[in-house]
Amino acid sequence: MLLRHTPKEIPERKALTVNPAKTCQPIGAMYASLGIHGCLPHSHGSQGCYAYHRSTLTRHYKEPVLAATSSFTEGASVFGGQANLLQAINNIFTIYDPEVIAVHTTCLSETIGDDIPQIFGKAESEGKIPEGKYVLHANTPSYVGSHVHGFANMTKAMVDYFATSNGHKEKCINLIPGWVEPSDMKEIKRIAAEMGVKSILFPDTENVLNGPQTGKFNMYPKGGVTIDQLKKTGSSRGTIALGRMTSGPAAKALDAKCKVPCEILDLPIGLKATDRFVDAMRKMAGVTVPDSLNLERGQMLDIITDMQAYFYHKKVALVGDPDQLEALTEFLVDIDMMPIHIVTGTKNKAFEKRIKELTADVPHEVNVKSGGDMFLFHQWIKNEPVDLMIGNTYVKYISKDEDIPFIRHGFPILDRIGHSYFPTVGYKGGMRLLEKILDALMDRQDRDATDITMELVM
Amino acid sequence: MTVMPEKKTENEEDAKAWREIKPEDVKKTILAKYPAKVARKRSKHFVINKKKDEQNYEEIQANVRTIPGIISQRGCCYAGCKGVVMGPTRDIINLTHGPIGCGFYSWLTRRNQTDPSTTPDGHNFMTYCFSTDMQDEEVIFGGEKKLAQAIQEAYDIFKPKMISVFSTCPIGLIGDDIHAVTRKMQEKLGITIFGFSCEGYKGVSQSAGHHVANNGLFKHVIGQDDTVGEGKYRVNLLGEYNIGGDEFIIDEIFEKCGIKIVSTFSGNSSVDHFRNSHTADLNLIMCHRSINYVADMMEEKYGIPWMKVNFLGAKATSASLRKIAQYYGDQELIDRVEAVIAEEMVAVEKAQADVRPRLEGKLAMMFVGGSRAHHYQELFSEMGMQTIAAGYEFAHRDDYEGRHVLPTIRVDADSRNIEELTVEKDPERYNPRIPEEELKAEERHGIKLKEYEGMMADMEEGFTYAIDDISQYETEKMIEIYKPAIFCAGIKEKYMVQKHGMPMKQLHSYDSGGPYAVYKGAINFYYEIDRMINSKVWGHIRAPWEESPELTAMYADE
Repeated sequence: MLLRHTPKEIPERKALTVNPAKTCQPIGAMYASLGIHGCLPHSHGSQGCYAYHRSTLTRHYKEPVLAATSSFTEGASVFGGQANLLQAINNIFTIYDPEVIAVHTTCLSETIGDDIPQIFGKAESEGKIPEGKYVLHANTPSYVGSHVHGFANMTKAMVDYFATSNGHKEKCINLIPGWVEPSDMKEIKRIAAEMGVKSILFPDTENVLNGPQTGKFNMYPKGGVTIDQLKKTGSSRGTIALGRMTSGPAAKALDAKCKVPCEILDLPIGLKATDRFVDAMRKMAGVTVPDSLNLERGQMLDIITDMQAYFYHKKVALVGDPDQLEALTEFLVDIDMMPIHIVTGTKNKAFEKRIKELTADVPHEVNVKSGGDMFLFHQWIKNEPVDLMIGNTYVKYISKDEDIPFIRHGFPILDRIGHSYFPTVGYKGGMRLLEKILDALMDRQDRDATDITMELVM
Repeated sequence: MTVMPEKKTENEEDAKAWREIKPEDVKKTILAKYPAKVARKRSKHFVINKKKDEQNYEEIQANVRTIPGIISQRGCCYAGCKGVVMGPTRDIINLTHGPIGCGFYSWLTRRNQTDPSTTPDGHNFMTYCFSTDMQDEEVIFGGEKKLAQAIQEAYDIFKPKMISVFSTCPIGLIGDDIHAVTRKMQEKLGITIFGFSCEGYKGVSQSAGHHVANNGLFKHVIGQDDTVGEGKYRVNLLGEYNIGGDEFIIDEIFEKCGIKIVSTFSGNSSVDHFRNSHTADLNLIMCHRSINYVADMMEEKYGIPWMKVNFLGAKATSASLRKIAQYYGDQELIDRVEAVIAEEMVAVEKAQADVRPRLEGKLAMMFVGGSRAHHYQELFSEMGMQTIAAGYEFAHRDDYEGRHVLPTIRVDADSRNIEELTVEKDPERYNPRIPEEELKAEERHGIKLKEYEGMMADMEEGFTYAIDDISQYETEKMIEIYKPAIFCAGIKEKYMVQKHGMPMKQLHSYDSGGPYAVYKGAINFYYEIDRMINSKVWGHIRAPWEESPELTAMYADE
């Protein structure tokens, strides 16, 4: 047994987190920063933070993840990190020559109280920021919120630093994709293009974290939203923010700063959430939904129709981040599955309420917890086993111990490929999710079939 | 075993080509890009391997702070303490006190294997991550209460033998006294509980964390259990972390030779083994950097001598086994070791002969850790490959230049904040395993004790480089200039290197491979490198239309 010490009984825990279902803010900020073209993320703290974030993102994407650090030592921790950051900015622009440096803070620099805008001001006045180059920052204290907030904060910083209104409302829509994979970002752009909608998507990690093998290493890959595009977001007709936690704050900031109206929607995972996304874009841009998308929707629905027997009332346990879980839960309910254990490590009041609403009609008791951990998740499963689990790679330990099939979704996925190339958003992504669910359930059925009950046609 | 396609080796041409490059020019070109101050500093870390007199190599600067903004491979003190040294011990609850990230990132991400079936209680907490998940209110009002509560809850649920607590960056700043809390909880719960002040900003790299961990183990764990176990030749293996199962096969070879491992620090390790490790006769050090402190302290307190060994590379393994046998001086052991070597070398030599034609003369670079950049050169040279540049991520000068430079190493402010324990002879347990004169002379039966000559002595003079704490930019330039056949480092460098269309081998985690230790491991490694360098994939990078972009054919409808 891999998790041999996890008991079925669930004693109350007030202070101890075991097997977290979240990590800290800075890694989210680093991921978002990589979605700016020519950007070098910078961790203002001690070296360990950036080493850990780079390692985790690298393992998830199997791609180079470049970033820099202020390399705090004890001295900097006592006297503040201003000297370190000034030196870092100068070195980075001289040696690594990025278009922009995206600084995020850490628990260390936040506890010290370093004032990043003030340090930027000093760097500017000392001529350490070359002409035409940029810096931006987000405060991402690790002891507040989770990686989800870090992503949201850095995305919002892109608005705070760059969005400007030119006084017109251009025929363009801002799309904020939320913390999804590069493949998902590409799919969101494709759907918009399919509908004939001109869009700016930010952050955009497509072609940054799913780059090709060309025999040539580019420190700054082709992808990413440009600073010029970020500036223009202030003049777009509207914003569609996907994922209320990861994209909501940036969308609201754009509204407040540049009067760009926004719609904050779920991540377009599953049928209804994708429908809402497509419909919102249709109305905001004043376009009609093309046949090509109707076809994709119909094909997705066709799979659900044909394979309904395999989904019906299967119990599912989900662990991950709020935006993903809300969309996934709705989708599972829509295909007659029963999501019964739902855990996120990220604390968020609205989450539990939303999940309860979404699962109101599920004919089973539903456990939901925000601010929970994977230890609790496992204990719930021990008490009420499920047919399928959905979560990040760490779920595989539960999967092996409890002999329950499992689909990898979320962050981090350290042991499989695919997420960077094949989306789970939109109708096409929905089809892929359905295929994954069916593969997991049907492989299990085949494995458990006897010589008598084995089915050829399924 | 897969048969690799016949590939023409450009051995001689390769060898000639890289020897024509002038290292002095390379160094100058690379440093030119840096701002002047940075260039001055990096220059001292970027050394062309040369002897400056009989005994000494060119001095290299190491174990000093990384310049902010330079993309380094390094991690932090916490990573060295919790991740490296303490992490691989299965039956300790390692509780991270701080925000959630540090605990999360160090959760199962090193490939330390462990076999819980070999300790009676079967405890294994390595698959778990324990954290106090510190929130802003605790940063403001202090986190001691939450820490005490978390220890209580961990005890109530898991009933472990030992709980250790690791401080992360904010703990040092807000002033939580983890040592007072753990002392109190130890008294209350009656199990071993203690803390490590391994805040990430301490020292300049993981190295500080190794030292902190060594101190904690020495103060709180080693020497708690005086039971003397079985075995005629009883040794501890220090600085072996059982990545990919290395410890398992070292143990296998030892068993064949009749040598008993009392405790491994720390791979496939148990706190039970740590507790009576002071009953061993001899300490063997694999990774000198991470663990020599414990060996020195055990010698002073208990009279256990130590010697440097290396089980990476067949030749090095044989030399190390012979050293151990010679140390004991027992003919029976000497004969048995020789028999084992003779038996094992048959397959090794066969494998070497098989891979050499495909690898001979090719260049390797390795930048990793605190000992592996040295040890793995053995394996590459057994394949006929040449290590052109190597360096450590967090080592000190003695790991490069040899321990004889220890008295000349200046301790700067960043290292001074790591406690140096004062150790005295244990009044009851001190028992010199060899005559005091030999301990003092650091030599027994002609075998040098407490000796490590460092990496530079094993590298070719004049043409090769020792580069400490190599930066991303320097990595790029070295690859561009020398186009080595393979580059070795860690996960952060892996894909950047491979995007160049060349293989990159991780020597921290071994990618998904291993074991690479002793004889069987050496064979694994030869074939791993053969696979990586001679894989078909490198031939697929250019699409056919890139080879001949001009259209020469007629269109179908013409």
